[in-house]
Amino acid sequence: MLTYTVKRLFSLIPVLLGLSLVVFFMIRAIPGDPAQLILGQLATKEAVESLTKQLGLDQPWFVQYFHYLGNLVTGDLGESIRTKAPISEEMVPYLMATIELSFCAMLVAVVIGVNAGIISAWFQNSWFDYVAMVLALIGVSMPIFWLGLMEQWVFAINLDWLPTSGREEVRNPVTAITNIYIIDTLIQGRTDQLVEVIKHLVLPSIALATIPMAIIARITRSTMLEVMRSDFIRTARAKGLKMFWVVYKHSLKNAIIPVLTIIGLQTGLLLGGAILTETIFSWPGIGRYIYEAIGYRDYPVVQSGVLVIAFIFVMINLVIDLLYAAIDPRIKYH
Amino acid sequence: MKKRTSLMFLAFILMLSLALVGCSKNTANESSSEGEGSGSEEAAVDTLVFGRGGDSVSLDPATATDGESFKVTKNIFETLIEFGEQDTELAPGLATEWSNSEDGLTYTLKLREGIKFHDGTDFNAEAVKFNFDRWASGDKEQYYYYNSQFGDRIKEVKVVDDYTVEFVLNSPLAPFYKNLAMSPFAIASPAAIEEFGDKFMENPVGTGPFVFKEWKRNDKITIVKNEEYWQEGLPKLSQVIFRAIPDNSARLNALSSGEVDLIDGVNFSDVGTIEANADLQSFYRPSLNIAYLGLTSTRGPLKEKLVRQALNYAVDKEALIDAFYAGAAEPAKNPMPPVVAGYNDDVVDYEYDPEKAKELLKEAGFENGFEMELWAMPVARPYMPDGQKVAEALQANFEAIGVKAKIVTYEWGTYLDKARLGEADTFLLGWTGDNGDADNFLYVLLDQDSIGSNNYSFYQNQEVHDLLIAAQSTADQAEREKLYKEAQVLIKEDAPWIPLVHSQPALAGKANITGFLPHPTGSDVLSTVEFK
Repeated sequence: MLTYTVKRLFSLIPVLLGLSLVVFFMIRAIPGDPAQLILGQLATKEAVESLTKQLGLDQPWFVQYFHYLGNLVTGDLGESIRTKAPISEEMVPYLMATIELSFCAMLVAVVIGVNAGIISAWFQNSWFDYVAMVLALIGVSMPIFWLGLMEQWVFAINLDWLPTSGREEVRNPVTAITNIYIIDTLIQGRTDQLVEVIKHLVLPSIALATIPMAIIARITRSTMLEVMRSDFIRTARAKGLKMFWVVYKHSLKNAIIPVLTIIGLQTGLLLGGAILTETIFSWPGIGRYIYEAIGYRDYPVVQSGVLVIAFIFVMINLVIDLLYAAIDPRIKYH
Repeated sequence: MKKRTSLMFLAFILMLSLALVGCSKNTANESSSEGEGSGSEEAAVDTLVFGRGGDSVSLDPATATDGESFKVTKNIFETLIEFGEQDTELAPGLATEWSNSEDGLTYTLKLREGIKFHDGTDFNAEAVKFNFDRWASGDKEQYYYYNSQFGDRIKEVKVVDDYTVEFVLNSPLAPFYKNLAMSPFAIASPAAIEEFGDKFMENPVGTGPFVFKEWKRNDKITIVKNEEYWQEGLPKLSQVIFRAIPDNSARLNALSSGEVDLIDGVNFSDVGTIEANADLQSFYRPSLNIAYLGLTSTRGPLKEKLVRQALNYAVDKEALIDAFYAGAAEPAKNPMPPVVAGYNDDVVDYEYDPEKAKELLKEAGFENGFEMELWAMPVARPYMPDGQKVAEALQANFEAIGVKAKIVTYEWGTYLDKARLGEADTFLLGWTGDNGDADNFLYVLLDQDSIGSNNYSFYQNQEVHDLLIAAQSTADQAEREKLYKEAQVLIKEDAPWIPLVHSQPALAGKANITGFLPHPTGSDVLSTVEFK
């Protein structure tokens, strides 16, 4: 297992290099002079020149690229034009907010999605199967902003169970340590705040989970159906094993690989694609951070934000790959 | 297999113990949190949560350029001269009296004594000089407003004595006092500026009714009561939290569910719902804005004055107001709202008259109409709640006189960049005044000097330019008003825009809020606000 892990880690190097190249050329693909674009129409010639120099744009591209790569390796992502703060510091709270939300959303999506898929396959063509698959179809095609506003209207305004927006009860603010509020409130032993933080997480998590949940449910169902028709399952049943174990142990283990793939891809998509949810629920996450940076023509932030999200996406897929090998030992020998 | 079972068992034990720890913490905490409970509940009553569309960019008013920044700095800092409670008349602020020389080159201000900055240092003439020197020494991008309002007009700031300061100008600057009252020219603590350097924009220190406490970017800003505030009995609230909730409907939801107490950026279409709810009340901000359709006078048929006039005759403004502003707007005939001194009420608007429009088109040689682009704003602004729909209404108006308008839109930054370069035939846009001076509308938006910055319609008229420059350099207010009135007559005739409406942006709050006075500039002082 160790050699496999090391091998997979090495194979990441070209991927990450390619990634950095693409992101590097992104800012250079903008038509016109980036320095002029950053400073705007009214900038003086001197200002443009000094920024060109500061960005290193007066040097050949490979010199620029290696300089950029060097900065990346040391964790220097540059400086935001709008706020003048180092991006690597500024981004942390946003990134953590998004990770917390995405994690909760994926938890909801996986727990409900996988189980719904399994049960649908187990009781194929039952009323549960029909209802679950129709709901999944609705889930995939649901506009998130509409769902979000409806959630707020039902659960916050009419039922008054949950708050509509934000991460915390602002009148009783959380002291940030890791910026993942569930952990922060646990460390500080503030159970009153923990409850508030979880309450704030519920509605956006459900909104964000809807689409992945539906996709996971459908994939789980179809792979489970395939597996459950195979010979070894018939054998397991024939030797008198309880149906529950047949389904949750023997079948699921063999059906899980495609499901894991989907979970990995969807988690990556959530990180970058949460802008709508973050906007509706005013969640201060990385999607909105990048989106607002676009509006202010804050290219370094856009560049670094894309890079970080892409990096996490690659890492999640690495973890998924390693999980394959752990689940199916045959994979590491290929 | 055995190994795995024991692993599972371990994990289970771990989870169980975590849960138990959680529970025990819970009980241990209960007594202490109950003790705090009463305190925090009391604090909650005089804590105001203000929901708004976006976060601030900088809390250093001198470097900020966006309204969301000034909304907060207005409560932390004060200016030498203040605007009136709900107008842009001059009122005493950090300065109690002011006077200027006949030639309009020397301005003397008497400062209020005994005021301290939040860091305990004294406010005095030295502090004023320090701030002005700081702005004058920085570059154009850094201190945008200083450079656009004062440029290099201020020759020297003299400290006459501890509480008297004198400004010497290179040339007369008529809106000098009004400029001083603008949020960007608030006086900050010199000690804090030196201490924090580049980080001052995250650690603002002023003299205002509230003291900065905390900023979580893109989320919320917390300011607390200044216990030493010089105005007796103010502020009434102990804490204000500004929360960024970008979506208008979500913000109203947050108000309805009680998470926030006051919101701005209310959709005009939601005002009815708010007024029907006994727990809520609505507010209107006095109008200091203009929404217009710019007619770029360097492009195609729009080069012809007759064509621009014809388009003006084609638009039904009352219908726009009923459909998109829920009546909370008045039709615009001049490029600035009526509250601005120098507004010319004698100007007669091009009334809604499609027949007349067709006649003018015929006279201009466009009997069969023509095709043009109509740019629709992609974002909502207080003066333009829904650019796309307004554009569609205008499109129908133009269609009626045989002009085919194709609706075009871009991402907001690109929209502004392209329009500034004169790439739009006609474009929707608007402006909210900074200081309530006519110069801030007419010169900024329509002078030939402003082509490339805010004169997006590329309007050029030497006569208008001469009038606007003369008005800038005259200290005599009556004379200035006369000049501006003349300029408006010429602009009306040339028709570089279709002035659409002056809107009253809507706000909403809980029914028990009193003392909230929305200011036309969009930056509200919250010191008099309280809960009944």
